[in-house]
Amino acid sequence: MATPKGTETANVVDGGFKQPVQIDEHIIEIVSDSGEGAQKCGQTFGSISGKMGNGVWTVEIIPAEIQPPARSPAGASGIRIRLGNRYVTNMGDEADLVVAFNEQVLYSRIANGAYKKGTVVLLENKWATDPQEEIRKAYAAAVGEFRENGLIVEELPLEEECLKLTSNPRRGKNMFALGMISRIYSRDVQKCLAEISQTFTRKGEKVIQANQDLFNAGYAFAEAQVEYHYQVPPYTTDMSKPTIITNGNQAVGLGVMAAGMELVSMYPITPATSASHYIAEVFQNVGGFVHQAEDEIAAIGFAIGASYAGKTACTITSGPGMALKTEMIGLAVMAEIPLVIVDVQRGGPATGLPTKVEQADLLTSLYGAPGDAPKVVIAAATIGECLHFVILARKLAEAFRTPVILLTDANLATGVQPYARPEIKEEWFTAPVDQSPWDERVPPYDWDEETGLSPRPIPGQRNGEYVLTGLSHTGRSKVAYDSDTNQVTHGMRSRKLAALLKTLNPPKVNGDKEGDLLVVGWGSTMGAIEEAIDNLRAEGQRVSSLHLRFLSPLEPGLKEIFSGFKQVMTVEINYSDNLDDPLIDEESRRYAQLATVLRAKTLVDVDCWSVVYGHPLQPGMIYKVLSKRLQKQNN
Amino acid sequence: MFGLKADWSLEVFERYFTLGDYAGGEARWCPGCGDLGVLNTVHRVLRDAQMLPERSVVVSGIGCSSRLPHYVGTYGFHGLHGRALPVANGVKARRPDLDVWVGTGDGDCFSIGAGPWIHSVRYNMDMVVLIFDNGVYGLTKKQTSPTTPTGASTNTHPAGALLPPLNPLTVTLGITNVSFVAQVPDWNPPLLYETIKAAHQHNGTGFVRILQRCPVFSPDFCKPLQDNPERMLLLTHDNGISMDPGVKRLFPEHREHDPANWVGAMELARDDTRLPIGLLYHDPDAPVYDDLSTRGLDTTNEQKLAALNAALDRFAV
Repeated sequence: MATPKGTETANVVDGGFKQPVQIDEHIIEIVSDSGEGAQKCGQTFGSISGKMGNGVWTVEIIPAEIQPPARSPAGASGIRIRLGNRYVTNMGDEADLVVAFNEQVLYSRIANGAYKKGTVVLLENKWATDPQEEIRKAYAAAVGEFRENGLIVEELPLEEECLKLTSNPRRGKNMFALGMISRIYSRDVQKCLAEISQTFTRKGEKVIQANQDLFNAGYAFAEAQVEYHYQVPPYTTDMSKPTIITNGNQAVGLGVMAAGMELVSMYPITPATSASHYIAEVFQNVGGFVHQAEDEIAAIGFAIGASYAGKTACTITSGPGMALKTEMIGLAVMAEIPLVIVDVQRGGPATGLPTKVEQADLLTSLYGAPGDAPKVVIAAATIGECLHFVILARKLAEAFRTPVILLTDANLATGVQPYARPEIKEEWFTAPVDQSPWDERVPPYDWDEETGLSPRPIPGQRNGEYVLTGLSHTGRSKVAYDSDTNQVTHGMRSRKLAALLKTLNPPKVNGDKEGDLLVVGWGSTMGAIEEAIDNLRAEGQRVSSLHLRFLSPLEPGLKEIFSGFKQVMTVEINYSDNLDDPLIDEESRRYAQLATVLRAKTLVDVDCWSVVYGHPLQPGMIYKVLSKRLQKQNN
Repeated sequence: MFGLKADWSLEVFERYFTLGDYAGGEARWCPGCGDLGVLNTVHRVLRDAQMLPERSVVVSGIGCSSRLPHYVGTYGFHGLHGRALPVANGVKARRPDLDVWVGTGDGDCFSIGAGPWIHSVRYNMDMVVLIFDNGVYGLTKKQTSPTTPTGASTNTHPAGALLPPLNPLTVTLGITNVSFVAQVPDWNPPLLYETIKAAHQHNGTGFVRILQRCPVFSPDFCKPLQDNPERMLLLTHDNGISMDPGVKRLFPEHREHDPANWVGAMELARDDTRLPIGLLYHDPDAPVYDDLSTRGLDTTNEQKLAALNAALDRFAV
């Protein structure tokens, strides 16, 4: 067998019992046709591993169609779990071990560069004896090709084993696979059984038992038939601190509730919708309501109505939905209506890559509305931040009387990671709607000239009656088309961002404050960037990184931080021209989105590296790009 | 007694509201515009119901009709073109104590706002929806609207509107969960008053299509009806809009119509030769979305904390 990462010795036979090999980390994938439950298997495995104290990151492999043809590379559906003895912040590079339910789906993973020489593939072997000759041939050819390319293919009778327990192995194989990988990675069986029980709790005792039986069979099968056996020690920091493990969309849902918001108004869109699925499941327990509107515009309109009436609401969407909501966002800016907008970014433009990650809604979030529409834009870098930033967004929305856009992405949405359990505080909740009489001398927009801030009357407040309008308006909210009013009120809305900026601290540099290269990132790429930076620094490279959470207003002190480095560049998941491309030169080059903003804002010649491969950035990839860059720079 | 201290020892005043309490800014519609009559009627309905001015919210979209909130002294929301209804629904969603009105027009509701129109009728939230239908885009100066009569000359169709006009009544009646559909001309104040009052009293979406005069851009939309009242059919019934004999005398054509009769309403609505006036359809028991959207309003912070911790427990490591 190939040498797994982190060890030079194969399994040791000790007194007749195989002892597991200690490893620092492994990347495991379960790949199947759509509908075979690979994702449930991986999520359960990730959850168990988190509960055992490992660092974990899981990410789903999602086909764009609901029922893609079986046994097709395009239909690859599955999940990747990165498991380590330290805090894991990203999906990592190539997989170490793969469980595959057919050979065809592996082609797309190989094309994505997900595997390396020595990756172990535990492959369903029933196709070798399939009644159709075509399938038998395709299987044999694929296995041969995989082996030639250095994969270690172990052909195993997974379905045959499952058939001993279930008449429909298509629906049970995933738990069998869970049993196998749980044995391979020495998972705690009791924790596994409890997790299965919880996963199927709504389906009843019979289903739980059937799935536990399959798990046990898979575990026993791997113990008897699979030579790979590893031990990944727990993450060494203090595990006594309460921890939760969720994906980013569940975190958004928890954040909505922890912020005390009562209303989520949404329209189904991938990859945002699962956040609403989660909230819909539990929202009523905190007295909340999910409104599924007739379209994206009505969804935000409904949220704006509720916010105007004093119940700051949240709308959750993805790129195409953001495009549709643009006019309403402009209205919320103009009329100063607090509102939380969560944009779970996917690939664009238009329908683009519905299930895949991109960080390409930054500029549209900042500048998307017609006219000048300054608003707060923040981006979560971790799954934990998906939770906390919703709370932050609600507070900022109310304090600054503005819509707040929270950017997450498909990587955070589907990634699963353990993080500190928040200690929910009552003060995170929205205050009850103020219904005390309004001082009638105070206009509805009583702008503080210094900060642009003003308190807002809420329907029900006596003497506060005013007509909110999207037209240019005075402090009394009277329609006014005159030059001065328009000029001054633009200033009031803009100044709020300056006021917010004054409350922010300069971001912290990861690494030294001086060096050859500073990498700036935003959003879900933080883990991958920092891992690459750490690896480069371990080699003695003078490179640091910086990760931004506030995009509007942009965090303070950037120019000064940048001045400590010979070069500054962003690493992003959105399209930018490459100077090596035809016709592209300094003049024609279009930069990545954050780079565009930073260049304009700091007048520093910020470079960028960005790609739109539709998958999260991997540390190895960033490492290679930066190594090359540093080499070129230092020559 | 109104305005007097009810109890000299306690500083308790009953509040009594006059028309002036519901007045907003000075209306800037054209002379002869039907909107002025609607505005006065809204003031009167609010006054007669003694609604607390701070608890009523008038929501509108864009267009002449949508200036309505500016002229009502309650809270108002003058939003985006075609989007009054989603905003109004949102206002009501978690604030059942608010009295919600929507002012919209034929362009705002039946054209750019057609999606929200359909779905809001289905939500059936408790609000009054007044459609100021003058068969033309007035604010933007005479473009064809969905209800512009075929052949009527507009700036977008100088040779005459191409399509047969959309029938808002059949569309609205065809929507699942429709609960209140009335049609009324703006030039009959008593009937307008009783119709809007009935819509206001209705628990659900009170949809009132107002045939509204625009003397500037679409005089031919209402003029034929004013000149030939026999082209309208007054719907009478004990469960319909109450009207005195004086009102009835102005309409030569009457028909007894039970507003519970949906099939009858649809037949009346389909007849373009005689426009039905009055209450076409009323289902006081249609479910209202407010009953669902307001669930959990009484949840205490303690309950929220407990529920949140239970939610976190599910993800606990």
